[in-house]
Amino acid sequence: MSVKKKFKGLSDKAVGWLFIGPTVLLLLAINIYPLVYAIKMSFTNFYANKIGREPQFVGLKNYIKVLNKEAIWEKMQVTASFMFWTLLLQAIIGLGLALLLNRKFKGNELLTTLIVLPMMLSPAVVGVFWTYLYNPQVGLFNYVVNFFYDLGSFDMIGSSTLAPWAIVIVDTWMWTPFTMLICLAGLRSVPNYLYEAAEVDRASKWQQFIYITLPSVLPFLLLALLFRGIENFKMFDMVVELTSGGPGSATELASINLKREAFEKWKTGYSSAFAVILFVTIFGFGNVYVKVMNKIKER
Amino acid sequence: MKKIMILLFVSLFSFSVNSNAKSITLGWAAWDPANALQELTKEFTSETGIEVNFEFVPWPNFADRMLNELNNKGKTFDLLIGDSQWIGAGAVYGHYVKLNDFFDKEGISMSDFSPATVYAYSTWPKGSENYYALPAMGDALAWAYRKDWFDRPELKSEFKKKHGYDLGVPANWNQLYDMCTFFQGREIDGQKRYGAAINTERGSEGITMGVTAAMYAWGMEYENPNKPYDMEGYFNSPQAVEAVEFYRKLYEDCAPPGHSDAYMVANLDAYKSGQVAFQMNWYAFWPGVSKEDSGGRVSGFFANPKQNVAAATLGGQGISVVKYSDKQDLALEYIKWFARPDVQQKWWDLGGYSCHNDVLNSPSFPTSTVYAQGFLDSMGIVKDFWQEPTFVELMLPMQEAIHDYVVNGKGTAKGALDKIIEEWVEVFEADGKL
Repeated sequence: MSVKKKFKGLSDKAVGWLFIGPTVLLLLAINIYPLVYAIKMSFTNFYANKIGREPQFVGLKNYIKVLNKEAIWEKMQVTASFMFWTLLLQAIIGLGLALLLNRKFKGNELLTTLIVLPMMLSPAVVGVFWTYLYNPQVGLFNYVVNFFYDLGSFDMIGSSTLAPWAIVIVDTWMWTPFTMLICLAGLRSVPNYLYEAAEVDRASKWQQFIYITLPSVLPFLLLALLFRGIENFKMFDMVVELTSGGPGSATELASINLKREAFEKWKTGYSSAFAVILFVTIFGFGNVYVKVMNKIKER
Repeated sequence: MKKIMILLFVSLFSFSVNSNAKSITLGWAAWDPANALQELTKEFTSETGIEVNFEFVPWPNFADRMLNELNNKGKTFDLLIGDSQWIGAGAVYGHYVKLNDFFDKEGISMSDFSPATVYAYSTWPKGSENYYALPAMGDALAWAYRKDWFDRPELKSEFKKKHGYDLGVPANWNQLYDMCTFFQGREIDGQKRYGAAINTERGSEGITMGVTAAMYAWGMEYENPNKPYDMEGYFNSPQAVEAVEFYRKLYEDCAPPGHSDAYMVANLDAYKSGQVAFQMNWYAFWPGVSKEDSGGRVSGFFANPKQNVAAATLGGQGISVVKYSDKQDLALEYIKWFARPDVQQKWWDLGGYSCHNDVLNSPSFPTSTVYAQGFLDSMGIVKDFWQEPTFVELMLPMQEAIHDYVVNGKGTAKGALDKIIEEWVEVFEADGKL
């Protein structure tokens, strides 16, 4: 029986549903259902490891507890600081590299491949090998820093001042290529005649960059930062391998704390409330960001 | 063609025989004693025909992996060698099979095992006669030191001149500190050396196991002995505060650079690579350390030094039958075999730490290895962390607060202990204990 015959009699809409049906079902099963279940659990005092103990409805108690807990705000601050610095550095360095690689020179392709390599590694592996690079006695990072400026022995992971920078550096090293690639795609989409017209109008290189390059590449850069922002808000593996959230709680991001509450302390109700708050936060920020991005595009 | 058919038939037959063979799975941490147990178990298989499969999980993931398995009522493991702190959860949540009837039937008596290990690894509620495990691996936190450096005449005389007593096994924590600072930054054989590799790990239980070694020696109690779960003035007593402050001083003045997230393996590495004069670690590692003494390195071992009292942090595990196993009968057969005195003696000979009295009370035991006497001494003074079903919830705040104070240098020792009590009260309240 031909496909055409088999679907004869079905409306376009029905065929459409037939195609997206499995995906919708999967989405419902592994995304929507757990989300609804987590919201339900967030109003209870459920502990997943306490077998036989029925969860009791506690209203908004978990939400109030999360929002009033000083430690949670400390983790949110750590997360915000991590996001701010990684996004800023990745935007500046990523755009810079994209501008560099947009020029034609010998070895351009090889250099692009080399720059993109860190992005292809597993975050857990990156976390582990950077612990060696940061080793105060034999680490390459410390050696290079001391080669240029003699700081003596310093411990990037063991110091509460340096550890937050240690995770920012690693994330920037790993994910700047992503920002660079997206910006490069934006740069390559700028028509050449705009620059030719600017040359005719005697615009300087700086003016060309400000009035042509930057506005053209900005929507791409913002899109890259949106992806990186969402990823870094839920950053977990690399930081756990590198610092375990330490020293103390200096690098304990919200996601690491959530995992500890949910799957080590087994405070399922409480951690569900925390997860819902994080979800609403990122969803809200994401929506505002997309609206701003669309406005910039429309200009 | 005929030959191919025969081969196919034979391999299919052997596959079916193999898949029908009796087998059980034992879960434990991935470390030296696990390899010794695997070696020992070959005899069990040859005696009974029961194959034992092993799943050894690296220490940082051990608790997560095993407790998730138990909470999910998993059937992966028939036997589990679980940490002493898990016994409460194993009993209360019904993860472990209660072994009393089995012990009675098979004539296995708990009085044949060291009382401290029975109390710590087998009973719940603590000290009762409800047994959920057979003591499998005795262990405590102890110290190894570079005896070859300690024996050098020039270092001995310099130390004596400086401190007025002999360089040797420290009698208390103050002497330990003196010796650690003596080696800190010292050049020996052209290399810079450091004092001690101590536990500072943040993720699982490392820094708690380390700092409690000091706190117990200073006389810390977790709770009021007459009023359970009343921790104020006990866990944060002046002695406990002093011990935590001392541990920070030891970290700041004696640890090698970069030793800010270190536990078992990192301490071993720092010691084996010749960086430090002392390492804090579990007895389980001493067979390996003493065997690997080479290139002039000679190790000495000693129990946790006393300060106000003699005490040591308990390690070690009991072996339990998992309630969700479909092969409980085979698993019990393994426990019956493992409890035999001759097997326990072989267990010690292979590098496992037997808790059986026949082994420990043997006249030759104290001199059987260089660390045997220390082990005996330690097992008489051990103290353990909470063994409550909620022990993970209790461990995590302590890890964070102590790491924040000792490694991060944030706040005060009293503040850290107060914060821990605050979190513990919340845990006990949620558990209905307060």
